[in-house]
Amino acid sequence: MLAMNYRGPQRVRVSQKPMPEIKHPQDAIVRVTRSCICGSDLHLYNGNVPDTRVGMTFGHEFTGIVEEVGPEVEKIKVGDHVLVPFNIACGKCHFCRQGLFGNCHESNSQATAVGGIFGYSHTAGGYDGGQAEYVRVPYANVGPTVIPPGMDPDDAVLLTDVVPTGYQAAEMGGIQPGDTVVVFGAGPIGIMAARCAWLFGAGRVIVIDKIEYRLEFVKNYANCEAYNYEEMDDPVVFVKKTTDWMGADVVIDAVGAEATGNTMQTITGRKLLLQAGSATALHWAINSVKKGGIVSIVGVYGPTDNLVPIGNVVNKGITIRANQASVKRLLPRLIDHVQNGILNPKALITHRIPLEDAADAYRMFSDKLDNCIKPVLIPPSARM
Amino acid sequence: MENTTKDYSHIKGWGIDADPKNDPTYPMKNRTDAEQTGYSWDRPSLQPVNTEILRSIERPNITAVFGTSTPPSGLSGMLRRFAFKYSESSYGHWLPLLLADRVNVVEGVLDDLKNGHVPNIFAEKGMKAEWQHNRLGVIQKLAVAAVLTVGVIAYVKSRQDEDDDD
Repeated sequence: MLAMNYRGPQRVRVSQKPMPEIKHPQDAIVRVTRSCICGSDLHLYNGNVPDTRVGMTFGHEFTGIVEEVGPEVEKIKVGDHVLVPFNIACGKCHFCRQGLFGNCHESNSQATAVGGIFGYSHTAGGYDGGQAEYVRVPYANVGPTVIPPGMDPDDAVLLTDVVPTGYQAAEMGGIQPGDTVVVFGAGPIGIMAARCAWLFGAGRVIVIDKIEYRLEFVKNYANCEAYNYEEMDDPVVFVKKTTDWMGADVVIDAVGAEATGNTMQTITGRKLLLQAGSATALHWAINSVKKGGIVSIVGVYGPTDNLVPIGNVVNKGITIRANQASVKRLLPRLIDHVQNGILNPKALITHRIPLEDAADAYRMFSDKLDNCIKPVLIPPSARM
Repeated sequence: MENTTKDYSHIKGWGIDADPKNDPTYPMKNRTDAEQTGYSWDRPSLQPVNTEILRSIERPNITAVFGTSTPPSGLSGMLRRFAFKYSESSYGHWLPLLLADRVNVVEGVLDDLKNGHVPNIFAEKGMKAEWQHNRLGVIQKLAVAAVLTVGVIAYVKSRQDEDDDD
């Protein structure tokens, strides 16, 4: 089968790999119909995540047709068109039972800090991902969800990560009616977080980024204010000024390790890898939130250390909430929101690209070429 | 605080998921006895271990399922095995893994050549898209690379000439 094949930092190709096999009684094999490139895939693409091995296939946002199931699979059957949450979760462990499906303790032998994630290095379990024609899906009774009749596959594929992660970012913010919410980052997750902040009753939503076409998009898509930090002397002072010198009630870091905007963070976090990515957005979030406020982190950082103003967290009495999205927990509500027209995820998709052109798709997304917001790879069989 | 917008009727779904109880700055987690039972759940059936799986020393066993992509091999594999002697809390774990990743890139190129495949680095780096959408940027990068190359060659040649004069 054709599959994306990582060859080293900023080098990928699509090549033939062996078909995946059932390796556990609760496995399914899925023929991929859509597979997105996620902003967090860029951390892998740039070589920033430890234990990213040459030959691995990325991709944790995908939909597909069930081709084969193991003997213990009961919830889905051959022929079902399913969306597959990016978390690999057993549904039985201490954490899954609490609804923490992103923190499953039975899906990642290599690290205890995170559960298994499709195509996200061996630090997240060593599973090949969905940027391929076929993929092995473990715990098929738990994660995969049959796409409701009539739902656009482009909406469905964004329910595997972008929508739940954006929604959970707002949820973790504990937004109370009337709150001012600042979102750092106008990528797909930041856009969705800004949109979802209103669902929790935000009084004002502000997005800060530096890429004009994305700011223009989020302003229209999420009905929010959008500002370019390159046009400010200091984004923290800007937030203070625009909130009557108090700071925002809730600040969401939807950027993570690839942040720009601070030379020292960029050099130490992105160029020299002396810390687990550039923590610029998190730094700004901590400093621009109101005293007693909440910082919600969904931006992805590596597993090692980061330079952040932890003293200010203490002095300001900030609550920090962070997690990988618990997709399965959120899906019923989010499917309703999509079907009722409250959320329109597919509007984020700007590029539909053949799987065979994955290298160009990564370059386009990484370098923000051609006003790219969200690229989706489509395997040959799904283009017929 | 100033609200620039008061009427939210134009925002579809405004407030539908508002939850006054979701205020994490005040309530503490509501613990139950069930949470104190530790590693005691009814584990799923276990995937047979027929490939090398490295295991974090912060857990007692291999998880019930695991990925089987790209098992450790070669020099990078040795580095990865070394890294897993240390906990996730230690640089002794992460730095050898990052080093292994870089070594693995060289191993990947050697594997390609051994299999008679010369990697097309330009294609793998997505330069077609770059050329299509950022031609000026590509030309600038090439120009910078050319200037640097000429500069290095000129410097080396001048050093050689000085040595010859001596």
